[in-house]
Amino acid sequence: MSDVVEKTLTALPSLLSLDSQPGSAKLSSTSKLGNLIRGITELTSKHEEEKLIQRELASIKEQVSSPNTSMRQMKELMVRAIYCESLGYEASFSYIHAIKLAQQGTVLEKRVGYLAVSLFLNESHELLLLLVNTVLKDLQSTNLIEVCMALTVVSQMFPKDMIPAILPLVEEKLNHPKEIIRRKAVLALYKFYLIAPNQVQHIHNKFRKALCDKDPGVMTASLHIYLQMIQENPEGYKDLTASFVTILKQVVGGKLPMDFNYHSVPAPWLQIQLLRILSLLGKNDQSTSEIMYEVLDESLRRAEMNHNITYAILYECVKCIYTIHPKSDLLEKAAKCIGNFVLSPKINLKYLGLKALTYVVQQDPKLALQHQMTIIECLDHPDLIIKRETLELLFRITNAQNVTVIVEKMLEFLHSNTDDYTTIDLVGKVAELAEKYAPGNEWFIETMNTVFSVGGDMMQPDIPNSFLKLLSEGFDTVEEDRKLRLFAVDSYVSLLQGEPGKLPQRFLQVISWVLGEYSHLREELEPATVMRLLAKLLDMKQTSSETKSWVLLAMTKLVRAGQVFQSAQEVSETYGSSMDTVLRQRAQELQHLSQDCELRARVLPQDAGLEPLEVDSSLSFLDGFVSEALAAGAAPYKPPHQRQEELAQAKALSLEPYGLSLPISMSSCSIADRQSPTLLSMSSGLSGDSTDLSHKGSSTTLKLDGVKRVWGREGYLAQREAVEEAAQVEVPSPLRSPSQQAEADSSHSQTPTPTPTPEPDQEKQQLASSLFFGLSSQSSVCLMGKSEPTPQRFRRKAKGQASSSGAAEQISNSLVSAPSAVDNFLCNNLLDSNITSQVGISSSEQTSELSQGPATTNGTCDTEAESTDGDIKGSNPSLIIGDNGLVAADPTPHKDPGSPKDFCLSSHLPAELSELCRSEITPLCSNQSLGLSACHVHKEDSLVLVVFITNSSDAAIRQILLDLDSEQLQVSCVSDSPVEDVTSHSVAMHQFSLTVKRPSVHVEVVGMVSYQLPVGTPQEVQFSYKLPLTSFIRPLTVSTEEYGTMWLSFSHDTKQNLTLISDGEEPLTATLNVLKEKLQLHIVEIIGMEGIIACQLLRDQPCLMHCRVHADVLAVWLRSPVPDLPDCLIYHCQRALQEH
Amino acid sequence: MIKAILIFNNHGKPRLSKFYEHYTEDTEQQIIRETFHLVSKRDENVCNFLEGGMLIGGSDYKLIYRHYATLYFVFCVDSSESELGILDLIQVFVETLDKCFENVCELDLIFHVDKVHNILAEMVMGGMVLETNMNEIITQVDAQNKMEKSEVTSVLA
Repeated sequence: MSDVVEKTLTALPSLLSLDSQPGSAKLSSTSKLGNLIRGITELTSKHEEEKLIQRELASIKEQVSSPNTSMRQMKELMVRAIYCESLGYEASFSYIHAIKLAQQGTVLEKRVGYLAVSLFLNESHELLLLLVNTVLKDLQSTNLIEVCMALTVVSQMFPKDMIPAILPLVEEKLNHPKEIIRRKAVLALYKFYLIAPNQVQHIHNKFRKALCDKDPGVMTASLHIYLQMIQENPEGYKDLTASFVTILKQVVGGKLPMDFNYHSVPAPWLQIQLLRILSLLGKNDQSTSEIMYEVLDESLRRAEMNHNITYAILYECVKCIYTIHPKSDLLEKAAKCIGNFVLSPKINLKYLGLKALTYVVQQDPKLALQHQMTIIECLDHPDLIIKRETLELLFRITNAQNVTVIVEKMLEFLHSNTDDYTTIDLVGKVAELAEKYAPGNEWFIETMNTVFSVGGDMMQPDIPNSFLKLLSEGFDTVEEDRKLRLFAVDSYVSLLQGEPGKLPQRFLQVISWVLGEYSHLREELEPATVMRLLAKLLDMKQTSSETKSWVLLAMTKLVRAGQVFQSAQEVSETYGSSMDTVLRQRAQELQHLSQDCELRARVLPQDAGLEPLEVDSSLSFLDGFVSEALAAGAAPYKPPHQRQEELAQAKALSLEPYGLSLPISMSSCSIADRQSPTLLSMSSGLSGDSTDLSHKGSSTTLKLDGVKRVWGREGYLAQREAVEEAAQVEVPSPLRSPSQQAEADSSHSQTPTPTPTPEPDQEKQQLASSLFFGLSSQSSVCLMGKSEPTPQRFRRKAKGQASSSGAAEQISNSLVSAPSAVDNFLCNNLLDSNITSQVGISSSEQTSELSQGPATTNGTCDTEAESTDGDIKGSNPSLIIGDNGLVAADPTPHKDPGSPKDFCLSSHLPAELSELCRSEITPLCSNQSLGLSACHVHKEDSLVLVVFITNSSDAAIRQILLDLDSEQLQVSCVSDSPVEDVTSHSVAMHQFSLTVKRPSVHVEVVGMVSYQLPVGTPQEVQFSYKLPLTSFIRPLTVSTEEYGTMWLSFSHDTKQNLTLISDGEEPLTATLNVLKEKLQLHIVEIIGMEGIIACQLLRDQPCLMHCRVHADVLAVWLRSPVPDLPDCLIYHCQRALQEH
Repeated sequence: MIKAILIFNNHGKPRLSKFYEHYTEDTEQQIIRETFHLVSKRDENVCNFLEGGMLIGGSDYKLIYRHYATLYFVFCVDSSESELGILDLIQVFVETLDKCFENVCELDLIFHVDKVHNILAEMVMGGMVLETNMNEIITQVDAQNKMEKSEVTSVLA
């Protein structure tokens, strides 16, 4: 084929000049277009071309606007205009004429008109409105070609708001007798589904009809839609699995007409599409996967390696097999297939083989081992794309043993790479690996140095950020931390003594921070020396003012030692009059703090890295000031987004539920900052408003939710463990051939590996054994039955329980001292810690529960309690995690007994409680003589915890003493005279009333029961009972006016964006109703796109919620007089909506 | 989804560009230039896939291209397309052009840009692959050509 083209595609000018040559006859070079093209090819400079085209455009313009131009001439003019546009010259004057041509021309002219329209206009162009009628008319035309053209233009560029106008007509075309029309209509509907899914919701069953269409082409088109819909919601289409399998079976079996064959492969593109759909359906679903094993096997078998396109099918097959629930013999075949790809001399197949390996290596690390020599060869491949893919693969198999070699390879690539995108990507990966598996301080710091200098100012800002965090928080023992910091200081001092001018700004910022913070650790290093080095940075031309402010801050920290006072004064004088306000502020700070050591010690304490700092995010210390100002008639503060909205709606009626009037830009915070005694003012002076900051934070949280970070910091470990597990499972299986075994063992012992390659290069083999060392040793470790996870060096210290329990927003002191006003580091850190604390809540609670296990005196009893707890969670996946099976806000009393035991215990409930809504009765702990169970009962004004003590022994138990305690709750005993003795095989009951002391997402009661059996010593059993905060939430009935006054008086607030629920009814109402039902909130009023909600935490602890629909999210703002309550409530709102 | 289909010659002169997603005129030209820059410096014996251009979309996107004599055919696609599948689709496209123009050459693409677009529209519609069967595409294009001829004769008569 390419030969043919080559023959005819000789030199362009020669063809044009010699009219007598064959082939040129059809080129109508006498036409105007011909002249234009000939003119352009003869030109030598860009400038001349521009002149020529402008002339051409002017002539086109004149002709199109002339009334004498016929449609036929217009068509020719349009082609010329298209040509000019394709060269990058605008011909906007012709757009309207293109539309006119599409409207009025004959079919042929129409076609050019439509083409010009689809090339010139986009979906947001205003002229498109003029096209709607034409499209409508053509959709109804009896001429098939006109209908086709209309459908094509519709799928190319129709905007959301015009879809309703044509939707019925397009829908109608699904029943058109001609299959080409049906096919185009299906694709047009798919396009509508992509841009406005809710508008085509009602025709889902028509999609099914298209899937069953007798024409395979229409069916193929409908697969686009199904692929998309299944991607979004695989659960909803499981019933179609069998149909897809049948279709694939027929295709593979050659049941389609011969027309569909491509290089004698039956409908390859259709097969690819079907395999993709199947892999989505079979993912994590054993029963669905089982349906498709047979056809996958068949596909693998039928796709004989003879043509490019069969490889495409095989590749999809392999991916599918590794995605769905595994089946060993298929996996074996797929692995062989991957081998064929990787070993193929065809470079495209090698590329895909590497991709496939990267994809499967987590499940099957030995596969990489098997192809290690090929991988090594690919590392030196001349094609950069192959190289990069190989590095990606290596990244996935990195462990503590091979990290140095792999990182070295990556850095090698980075040095030779020129593509920004690759650099950013790879630098991030190196940083991640370094942090995860660094074998030593020296290596770590040096690697990070390279990362910073290569990554420069392009890299993701979180890399320097987390590096500094690691340095300041420490990772191991105090001594190790000190060594790491010392090494960093040494390294940076020598870097600055070299040529700091070459270092990127970001790196210089990191250096100045580290020197400021830790240079005192190196005692023999004179502060004056560091000061001089830093001053040198200030004098360099290329230093940005951002970096300068980092340097100034570092200097401020350095003036602790007296002798540098003089130079600090000089610097602060120089920059005290800088035009840059931030720099000027830093200079002022430097000046003042260098004079006042007492203040400096408070503001910038030395070695404060680990002490958490309380940040009062609601700025409650300003309450007095604010209420004074309000009393004096000031307008209440509004966040910027609200202000803007109000400005926009200024002319519309005010729909605000609580009459806030004048938009005012008073930033109460910045005024008060000057009086504020807290640390925060140092850094937030310029950022102005920290409420706003937290709002931004919440939107970031949401964004993060959407982004799946497969290799996130925390997720990494889990996946690695999964790998190890997989290895462990697979190692003993007969799949592992003896040669692989030998390979694994030999590379473990670091001897040259026997490989299939003839005369393998010694060097490469060494490289292989070092690269794949960890992998093989991993499996051999497993063989020996000690599968210990490889130790990670820089594992982050677990955050303290206090910080993760969600309430206090804590950030480390040292990070506050970073110049946050200058950049967003602080902001990011704040957000980070926020996020982790929020996300970590449930898990940390879980672990706290677990960690209490071993502490108890009676081990068996405790584990049993835990396992039952686990069972309950397992059986109720839809419920809130850890709420002990309670449907908190179930409006109807819980009457059907969950189990016989539940029933028999519930009969012991006092009459006044048994009618109320309550949780299931959960076993807490039990041993041979005594069992404890509990449930909580929702009373209107309180929450009662009922503990049942069952005596399962044959003797009476005496002197029972039940003692409950909780960090977050106030526990008081309700029963007047607590039962002390329980006779044989009977049940005693204790009631406790619970109120919340300090809100937390989940609250926990720990308790101890001590008792005395007739024989033996007194015994003790410990237990714990966990319940969600929602159990304490009750609706608060207030009027809108009352709400307004309350809103202004509450100081603690939180903002967050929630997802809207859209099932049929109005999204806002639907969402609020879900919240109302699940959390027992009271909806005060819904006005337009806003709603206000009120609730209380049992008595006297109100929380107000203001919701507003923004695009497709619900912006929620919570306020309460109780600290932490808004945060906890927003967590439960999120959970409730997620579970809906 | 196919995001864009670009054809340019060895000197980077665009011969056909079809974007299935909206970009401004300037961005489109920049994409063509950057794509040419990326593709043209690749040897003949490397793979036909390119990843991670900064301009069109980042990590999820790839360029899949084929080089025929003086012309580069580049498809810019997201991860929902099969790499090898697209590679063969380009082949089908070129073979179809070859059939329709009887030994296609660069000049055909210049002089009959509208026809090339029409052929493409039968293969790819709004970024989705519509038809991969060459014969079917040619049937559709022929039907339209017949109509064209009948119209021309009617005008002449």
